[in-house]
Amino acid sequence: MLEVVDLACERGERRLFQGLNFSLKAGELLYVLGQNGSGKTTLLRTLCGLAWPAVGEVRWDGTEIRRLGDEYHRKMLYIGHLNGVKDDFTAFENLRVTGQLAGYADSEERALAALRRMELTACAELPGKVLSQGQRRRLALARLLLGDSRLWILDEPFSALDVKSVEGVQTVLSEHLDNGGMVVLTTHQEVEITSRRARHIHLSA
Amino acid sequence: MWAALRCVVMRDLTLAMRRRADVLTTLFFFVIVVSLFPLGVGPEMDTLRLMGPGVVWVAALLASMLSLGRLFSGDYIDGTLEHLVLAPQPLTVLVLGKIAAHWLVSGLPLVLIAPLLGLQYGLSTDALWVLVLSLILGTPVLSLIGAVGAALTLGLRGGGVLVSLLVLPLYIPVLIFGAGAVDAQVTGLGPQAHLSLLGAFLVPALVFAPWAAGWALRISLE
Amino acid sequence: MAVGQINWFKFSSPATFYPLAGKLIPYFTALAVVLTVVGLYLGFFVAPTDYKQGEGYRIIFIHVPAAWMSMLIYIVMAAYAGMGLVFNTRLSSLMASALAPTGALFTFLALWTGALWGKPMWGAWWVWDARLTSELILLFLYIGFMSLKAAIDDPRRAAPASGLLAIIGVINVPIIYKSVEWWNTLHQGATIKSSGTSMETTMLTAMLVMTFAMWMYTVAVVLTRVRCEILEAERDTEWVAAELSKSS
Repeated sequence: MLEVVDLACERGERRLFQGLNFSLKAGELLYVLGQNGSGKTTLLRTLCGLAWPAVGEVRWDGTEIRRLGDEYHRKMLYIGHLNGVKDDFTAFENLRVTGQLAGYADSEERALAALRRMELTACAELPGKVLSQGQRRRLALARLLLGDSRLWILDEPFSALDVKSVEGVQTVLSEHLDNGGMVVLTTHQEVEITSRRARHIHLSA
Repeated sequence: MWAALRCVVMRDLTLAMRRRADVLTTLFFFVIVVSLFPLGVGPEMDTLRLMGPGVVWVAALLASMLSLGRLFSGDYIDGTLEHLVLAPQPLTVLVLGKIAAHWLVSGLPLVLIAPLLGLQYGLSTDALWVLVLSLILGTPVLSLIGAVGAALTLGLRGGGVLVSLLVLPLYIPVLIFGAGAVDAQVTGLGPQAHLSLLGAFLVPALVFAPWAAGWALRISLE
Repeated sequence: MAVGQINWFKFSSPATFYPLAGKLIPYFTALAVVLTVVGLYLGFFVAPTDYKQGEGYRIIFIHVPAAWMSMLIYIVMAAYAGMGLVFNTRLSSLMASALAPTGALFTFLALWTGALWGKPMWGAWWVWDARLTSELILLFLYIGFMSLKAAIDDPRRAAPASGLLAIIGVINVPIIYKSVEWWNTLHQGATIKSSGTSMETTMLTAMLVMTFAMWMYTVAVVLTRVRCEILEAERDTEWVAAELSKSS
């Protein structure tokens, strides 16, 4: 379970938001809404431990995430707005390296399966630099299917995706929620994910 | 942990092999800088023999510093650095892997070509061996210390120049004992003391530098 | 124990420290002025003329204390930076960055007076003497610290990044110093020492008084500087607004 207690975040000298409290249980989806500059990305980066909160704590199963360290990283997957695709690696190699870093012994099989699911099999042997924006985004999202992270933190996952791919990603997210996973995401597109427990927080500047 | 280390080393080596030109740039820079000095100070072999070790070492310092830009910035720009930091592996190990790969593609070639450059300066065979040995022990220390500087200046305006300000003063002990080892061989004092001190720098640098660089990366990514 | 902790945190809060520093500055300034006058008087008029170097040697009453201070300040700066990193106290990081320019100033002063002293003594403005070389490298370290701090716009990143650099620097200072010393003995024989191993008591006293004068000056200047930095860092808070309306 992810818990946020009295969280305040700053960017530079500016206080973005404060007094934020919420918790996320298995099977729950959280939309983070707000205008540009309201701190959505900063909140997501704080949730995954890349940024430090100015005040307050982020806890996983009751323990502060920085204290959990790698144990938390094993259960959490963050996809920021940078795709993290290496230009000089093929799509397949990109995913395989991610899998190896996560410590999967069968990272090749996992990478192939993830590519198939994201309908990227045709590009598997193409280097990252020739992929289109939409393909790169799908490749970034394919990391979700590599392993078994419980918590997915997604910053604008649907950007640069066409309608068909958006539907595909929606299905992936719904399945993850049905399997007891958790998703935190920001989006400015009208994307509804069929879930019994979708929650919203609105960050106001 | 070893698997993670191997994975990062292989990843960075593969990437470097696909951008061979970048690797060669550092090497050519080293060769050119060393070859410029005789043009500046004149071709008298006696002077050159005295200067040789120092010139090769200063050039190695500069070359290793210039190549630092590639250590983290590529991963920083395309976002894969975030993957590394958030990977369920100790960051220190991953950073050590990156430094090791970086040394293999930018430090080791300098070591291998150094004897050739030493010949230009009329160094004896014994002196050349000591030069190679001192570079083998010293250039990894340069990569390790440099990694901390590269991590601290990640994504900053003018990061390349800034990193030289941060890192070059810290390189000085390596320079003194690296060039000193060859000098000691030439003057007949024997290079053992210098070489063992270089080794003594390498051990704590291996332990602490990846850790400090990892910490600096977290600071820079925030 | 509990009381001590409360006090410590109380004064580590910028809002409490700001007025306290303001009250202390005049005292330290006065002490600095008095000690400088006394120190210079002792050094220039009371201390005996050196039989070898004549009157020129008297520059050491500025050179030596400045060199001592330059190293001391670097260590203090690194200690504050370390405290800032470990306890995440903002004031420590501000103190570290306020110390750096003064430290660099003393380093520069030590180098300059070293050159002025070297000209009559060794016949050259610059000699690759171990101590002068270490002092030069120390200046590079200060410059690196200040440049890194200046290059990072976000103060939340600047403070820990420069703090980490200061700590790495301070670990390296003894190594650099020792290696420069060794390099020097190898290349020049023994390090050039100031003549006369037995120092007159008055000379030592003058030097110590000057060191304290510089120390007091450092405290006064650093407190003034840190007050500016506090205002800048806390400009959005209520107490700063109140403070500024009071003084205008």
